[in-house]
Amino acid sequence: MLKIKNLHAGIEGKKILNGINLEIKAGEVHAIMGPNGSGKSTLASVLAGRENFEVTGGSVELFDKDLLATSPEDRARAGMFLAFQYPVEIPGVSTTNFIKTAVNECRKYRGQEPLDAVAFLKMMKEKMKLVHIDQSLLSRSLNEGFSGGEKKRNEIFQMAMLEPKLAILDETDSGLDIDALRIVANGVNSYRNGENAFLVVTHYQRLLDYIVPDFVHVLYNGRIVKSGTKDLALELEEKGYDFIKNEVELTLNV
Amino acid sequence: MQKEAKEFFNTRFHEQPVNGSALAGFRQQGLDMFNKLGIPAVKHEEWKYTRVNALFNNDLTYNLDASGISKAELDSFRLPQTANATSLVLVNGVYSPELSDIKHSVKDLLVLPLETAAAGEYGAIVKKHLGHSAAYHPDGIHALNTAFTHGGIFILGKSNRVITEPVYIYHITDSRSGFAFAQPRILAYAEQQCELQLVEYYGTIGNEGSFTNEVIEIVAEAASVLDYYKIQHEGPHANHVGTTHVRQLGKCLTNAVTISLSGGLIRNNLNMIMESERGESHMYGLYLLNGKTHVDNHTIVDNVQPNCFSNELYKGIMDEKSTGVFNGKIFVRQDAQKTNAYQSNKNILLGDASSVNTKPQLEIFADDVKCSHGCTIGRLDEEALFYLRTRGISEKNAQSLMLHAFAVDILENIKPQALKVFVDHIISERLDFNF
Repeated sequence: MLKIKNLHAGIEGKKILNGINLEIKAGEVHAIMGPNGSGKSTLASVLAGRENFEVTGGSVELFDKDLLATSPEDRARAGMFLAFQYPVEIPGVSTTNFIKTAVNECRKYRGQEPLDAVAFLKMMKEKMKLVHIDQSLLSRSLNEGFSGGEKKRNEIFQMAMLEPKLAILDETDSGLDIDALRIVANGVNSYRNGENAFLVVTHYQRLLDYIVPDFVHVLYNGRIVKSGTKDLALELEEKGYDFIKNEVELTLNV
Repeated sequence: MQKEAKEFFNTRFHEQPVNGSALAGFRQQGLDMFNKLGIPAVKHEEWKYTRVNALFNNDLTYNLDASGISKAELDSFRLPQTANATSLVLVNGVYSPELSDIKHSVKDLLVLPLETAAAGEYGAIVKKHLGHSAAYHPDGIHALNTAFTHGGIFILGKSNRVITEPVYIYHITDSRSGFAFAQPRILAYAEQQCELQLVEYYGTIGNEGSFTNEVIEIVAEAASVLDYYKIQHEGPHANHVGTTHVRQLGKCLTNAVTISLSGGLIRNNLNMIMESERGESHMYGLYLLNGKTHVDNHTIVDNVQPNCFSNELYKGIMDEKSTGVFNGKIFVRQDAQKTNAYQSNKNILLGDASSVNTKPQLEIFADDVKCSHGCTIGRLDEEALFYLRTRGISEKNAQSLMLHAFAVDILENIKPQALKVFVDHIISERLDFNF
């Protein structure tokens, strides 16, 4: 599904990603962990197509197509979704109106008829239940005045509405209390169906108790320095990132 | 040029039909002021960003009689779903009773030629209120309108009447035989506890270009509710200077919404004179500009008496080489304690060559008041655009969604449904397809 090969990227001349290699297949859940400044959010941003990041080398393919040459909207239409670490507040645009436009633009791209009002509302009601989100919240301006938890639930709601094949969750657990974390994780889990894949970017192992990954990768200095199963996350939680850093530096010194 | 224009208007002044001698003195005062003040140049502080004097370089044709336009030609300008509404038509600034259609009952609404009103029963009202705005606009443009007060309208909203249907005022300029110059003059008076809605709409026939120099003075008595709408949607050769002067004589509510969608050079003066305690006024403006359109909104809120509330929100979107100007003056006189006056002007520049000049101007002589002002100029939020695009929305549609959201809090203040739908439709077309 997603193939990242030797990806180098940076911002304003500063190198942040120094050769990422990662392959994600349908049905898999990958977690990316790493200390602050290791490049986790940069990776998510580059994959989603944020313009101020500059790709200096390597390639990314989504369904065997060059992802990096594709506009952010076409990436979304092709089935990729980014849940933002900091969802943007957009005054005057209601979530309902916005998500309807988004769903129908994606459908159009895939050669499907736009949803009529009835079908759209039915779908919305279904997905709202998934993340315990209220109709009144969706009638309000997008994310404006939403609490941290409401914003993240809204991200997962949007994901469920757009039905992506690959969802990237960028620190979706940040700013969430335990209950909200559980709701968000349940939303993600019920969306898992063996055909779609997830890339979960997080600082903490806690989220991975709820969204259980198939693979865990540790990012450090813009590279994946260690990969393993969910046990790796537990080991990190126990020992901290220092053990990885030491290991890496030892390797470099050899 | 100044000299030529002066000669032109002085000659024309004496050709005016003098069928309403009740206004002869008023007109003469206007001419004297015009000769004294002249046409404002850019060195005039109030006209710094609006080169109105350039318009006088045109070969002016100035018809003092209403030119002949047909009913069918008029119909092409009619706002949708207003067939049952009162329409007052001015052609080249001169009221045409034949083309107008008054549907309101005389119990609610009275419409008279201004000259007739000045000479008759309402002479005292006309004498008292006509020309009150001159003190706020010491310039030759305003004086020129006064000098040529001819074919104006007097509108009276009767006391204790809630008039639910708006009065539509159509200003049609006929430029088929050359650059046309029109100077409409209107006095509207809402008696006590009257609810009155006025809509002004502008259209031009012909391709030669036009210049409308309008003054409308509106007087609101105690407990009246007055809603005023000005919708500008003309071609790039239609130029406009207009003064809307609203006096609150008793505790009442006045609302004004100014929507500028297209045109050449446009200057809108809007004055709210709060002459009674506890008056309330709201001013909203939206300008959505492209090409070389220039729109200048100059507003004045004059708090004369205490405890008044005013709120002002103007928003603008400028593309291509268009230019916007906002100048918001708030006076708080010495006696006007406990004034609450709010003002905000927000602008989005889409084009690299578009520009806006915005200036709040507060002159406060009382010490217990709340006044706030703010202005912003910026581009669309890149992060918000990116967010929308990551959901599969095209860049164009993301921009359109955001611009619509920006405009909506002005549009929702248009109360007549048909008018709101009409304006919203034009804006949606512009934002979705061809700005």
